[in-house]
Amino acid sequence: MSSETLNLTLRVWRQPGPNTQGAFKEYRLNGVNTHMSFLEMLDVLNEQLIADGQEPVAFDHDCREGICGMCSLMINGQAHGPDKGTTTCQLHMRRFQNGQVITIEPWRAAAFPVVRDLVVDRSAFDRIIASGGYVSVNTGNAPDGNCIPVPGARQEVAMDAAACIGCGACVAACKNASAMLFVSAKVSQLAVLPQGHPERTSRVLGMVAQMDKEGFGSCTNTSECEAACPAEVSVAHIARLNREYLKAVAFADR
Amino acid sequence: MFRVASDQLNSRVPDGPLQQKWDKHRFNMKLVNPANKRKYSVIVVGTGLAGGSAAASLGELGYNVKAFCFQDSPRRAHSIAAQGGINAAKNYPNDGDSIYRLFYDTLKGGDYRAREANVYRLAQVANNIIDQCVAQGVPFAREYGGALANRSFGGAQLSRTFYCRGQTGQQLLLGAYQALMRQVSTGKVKMYGRREMVELVVIDGVARGIVVRNLSNGQLEVHTADAVVLCTGGYGNVYYLSTNAKGCNVTAAWRCHRRGAYFANPCYTQIHPTCIPVSGDYQSKLTLMSESLRNDGRVWVPKSKGDKRAPGQIPDDERDYYLERRYPSFGNLAPRDISSRAAKERCDAGFGVGDSGLAVYLDFRDAIKRDGEDAVRKRYGNLFHMYEKITAENPYQTPMRIYPAVHYTMGGLWVDYNLMSNLPGLYVLGEANFSDHGANRLGASALMQGLSDGYFVIPYTIGDYLASSKFEKVAEDHPACVAAKKDAEDRISKLLNIRGRRSVDSFHRELGLLMWDKCGMARNKAGLEDAIPKIRDLREQFWKDVRVLGSGESLNQSLEKAGRVADFMEFAELLAVDALHREESCGGHFREEHQTDDGEAKRNDDQFSYVSGWEFQGAGNEPVLHKEPLIFENVKPSTRSYK
Repeated sequence: MSSETLNLTLRVWRQPGPNTQGAFKEYRLNGVNTHMSFLEMLDVLNEQLIADGQEPVAFDHDCREGICGMCSLMINGQAHGPDKGTTTCQLHMRRFQNGQVITIEPWRAAAFPVVRDLVVDRSAFDRIIASGGYVSVNTGNAPDGNCIPVPGARQEVAMDAAACIGCGACVAACKNASAMLFVSAKVSQLAVLPQGHPERTSRVLGMVAQMDKEGFGSCTNTSECEAACPAEVSVAHIARLNREYLKAVAFADR
Repeated sequence: MFRVASDQLNSRVPDGPLQQKWDKHRFNMKLVNPANKRKYSVIVVGTGLAGGSAAASLGELGYNVKAFCFQDSPRRAHSIAAQGGINAAKNYPNDGDSIYRLFYDTLKGGDYRAREANVYRLAQVANNIIDQCVAQGVPFAREYGGALANRSFGGAQLSRTFYCRGQTGQQLLLGAYQALMRQVSTGKVKMYGRREMVELVVIDGVARGIVVRNLSNGQLEVHTADAVVLCTGGYGNVYYLSTNAKGCNVTAAWRCHRRGAYFANPCYTQIHPTCIPVSGDYQSKLTLMSESLRNDGRVWVPKSKGDKRAPGQIPDDERDYYLERRYPSFGNLAPRDISSRAAKERCDAGFGVGDSGLAVYLDFRDAIKRDGEDAVRKRYGNLFHMYEKITAENPYQTPMRIYPAVHYTMGGLWVDYNLMSNLPGLYVLGEANFSDHGANRLGASALMQGLSDGYFVIPYTIGDYLASSKFEKVAEDHPACVAAKKDAEDRISKLLNIRGRRSVDSFHRELGLLMWDKCGMARNKAGLEDAIPKIRDLREQFWKDVRVLGSGESLNQSLEKAGRVADFMEFAELLAVDALHREESCGGHFREEHQTDDGEAKRNDDQFSYVSGWEFQGAGNEPVLHKEPLIFENVKPSTRSYK
C-alpha cells in the first residue's frame, strides 16, 4: 500500500475560553500522509505548534474508532466531514486533495457553548436523558430476561435507534440547532420495547420539555440531521417521537 | 530489584463450599438500614460499566453518591467500544451450560492465576446481569419468536454470549448510564464530568476522599466521603499504541498505589492477535479485527526476506503459512497468545509485510475460491467494510494485513473478596482491579465482570464496611485534604515549569515502543533487565525536558496528558519488575525462558501460584512484594493443551 502526502492549509477556530472572542487562525501543514485519520492530522499539527512554542489546538476525542461520540468538528461546513456514516475519527486524509484549504470549526449551537477552541459543552444531552431517557428499574428488580418476548423485527428497530452515539452532529448540522434526532432516538428505542411502555408518557413529555429548556431549536423536517448522523439514525424516529408526544399530550391522565 | 514481605495478603474469601460462599457471605455481612443509608456518602471514580452500574445501584439504595469521569459525559467511557458480547450461563440454548462450567472455563482461561471464589461468584451473578439489562431496555439480539439470541465465542464449546449486533459494550454502557442519569435526576447521585482524579485522600490509613482537577477550568477540587470506589479501567496505554481509547490511563490507580494501595499482577497484559497494523509514525491508536476472521482466513508471510512483490504475485510454494506449519492441529485457529507471538517472531526475523514490515497477511483467497465471495461477505461483511474504511484496500481482492496489539490488562489494584483494596474504604471494580481473569481474559468476560462488580457485588460489600466502621466527618480543609491538594498543585506547576524541548506525546511514544519491545508479547530476562534502567532514564529526561505549554487555569490537554504520562513512566517500571520476577509463563505473560519444546507457556505452580501485590516505596526505590497464595479447592490446575 503506497502512501502519498498532502500539503494543506488549515483554518482552525481558536478561542481561549468560554467567555472570550474566538477567531480563525491559518496554519500550513505539509507532508500529511494520506493514511492518517483526520484526528491524527490534527495531532501532527499540534506537534508542529508545540515545537514552535504555540499552544496546541484543543479538540475532543477518545476512542478513535467511531463509537464513543466524543469527537466532533465541522469540517468545511459538514459535521464530521464529507463521508456518510462516519465520525471525524474515522475520516481519513485520503479524502482530501493536495493544496486544499480545510476549515475546522466547533459545533455551533447556543446549547453547546464553546469551552475552548474546538471543544464544546454537550452536557445538555445528559440533562435531557436525566429527564426521562431511561426505564425506572432498580438493580435487582428484573424478571428473567426471556419472560417478555420481543419480536426480532421490533428489537431491530429499537437497536437502530439505540445506535445513537450522542455526539451532537445532528444539532450542529441543523439550521435550527434542533436536538430532535437525538431525543427521538431514545424516545423511539424505549417506545418500541415493552420494557419502556410504563413510562412512555412521562418520558416523552419530560425529555421534550428539557430539550426546549436547554435552548435547542425546533425541528422543521429538513433532515440535515439524518444526513450528518455518523450512526445513521433515521428521521423516522422523529416521526415516532411526534406521535408519542401527541399521544402523551392528548390522552395522558393528568 | 525488590523485597519480599514476610506477611501474606488475606483475600478474606469466606469458608464453606464454593457454591455457598457468596450466599453465606451475604447473610453474614452487616446491613445499613434504609433510613441510615442517606447518612453515608460514597465517591465513585469512572463511569464505565463498573462505575456507572455501581453509582446507579448505590444511588438507588439511598447512599449519597458523587460520580466522576474525565470525559465530557459519563456515556463516553471506553466500555462503550466493546463489540462482541457478554457471557452468562443462562443455558437458554439448552446446550449443556451451567454456572459451574462458566466458572471452570473462566478459571482455566486465566491459566489458573485467578481466585477461585471470585470467579465462581462472577459466574453466579452473570445471569442477573442479563435480566437487569433486558429490563433497562438494552436491545439484545432476539430470535424471530422474541427469545434472547446467543452466539458462540472464542474458547467456549457452547453458545453463552448475549450481544447487540457489534455494539454490545455501547448498549450495556448506555443502560448503566441511563440508570445513572435517573439517579442524577433524583438527586441521589451528583455527576461531575470533565474531572480527573489526581490524588487520593488517606486519613489514618483509611481512604476518605479524592482530589480532582476540573479539566474545563483547571481548578483543583477536594471531595470527601465515607468510601471511595475506583472504576478507572486498565493501563494498556502504557504501550502508547493499543486498542484502548486515547484517554485511558493508570493515573487514578497509580495515585492510590502511591498512597499505599497494592498493585497486583501488572505483568498480565493481553495482546490480541488480529488488529489493523501500524501504518506510520503518526499512528495514534490500533483497531481490532474480530478473531472470528481466522475461521476462514489463512495467515502467511513470504518465504524470502524483504519480498516486496504484491501478495497475489507470490506463488503458494513461496509462501510460509507459518501457523499451519508450526501448529498443524490448530492451524490458523491457534490460541490468541500463540498466534500473537508467532506473528511477532516472523516479523522480527525480517519476513513481515507492508510498508513497515510489521504485519502479516490474513488471506481469504482460498475461502472465496471454495465458498464464493457472497458467502464470505455474509459471514464477515461488516468487518471487511471496516477494514476497507481504514486501509482503503479491498480485502476480497488482496489479503488483509494484521498485527497483534495491546487490548486489555488483567492486572490492577489488589482487592479482597469484597473488592476492597488493602486500604480500608478504597474499593476497586472492573478492569481496574485484578481479581477475576487471572493471567488471561476470555472473550465476552470483561463486560460480565464490570457489571457484576457494579450491580451485584459492591452494593452488598460496601454496606458491610459502612455498617462496621465509625466515621468522623472530614472537612475539605482537613490537613490530609490540604496536603493532597498541595501535592497535586505542586505536580502541575512542576510540569508547567520544566519548559523543555520535547512534547508529551514524543515521550509517550518512546516509552510505549520500549515497553512493546521488551515487555510486550514475549519477555526475557535480558530484555527486561535492559528495559528497567532505560525506563528510569526516560523518566528522568521527561522531568527535565518535557514541554507543556499553556497554563494550569484552563482547559489544557497537554497538561492532562503530561500528568498521565508521568504516571505511566513510574508504572512501566513496576510492570517490568513484575514481569522479571515472575519466572514462568502463564496466559498473557510469556517468558521466553519458560516454554515447552513446542513453544507453549510453561507455568511454574510450585513457585508462582500466587498473586503478586506490590507496595510502593517511592519512585525508583525497590518495591515490596506481598504474596497472596492461590488456593484451588475445586479445580486442579492443569496444563492448557492446544493439541
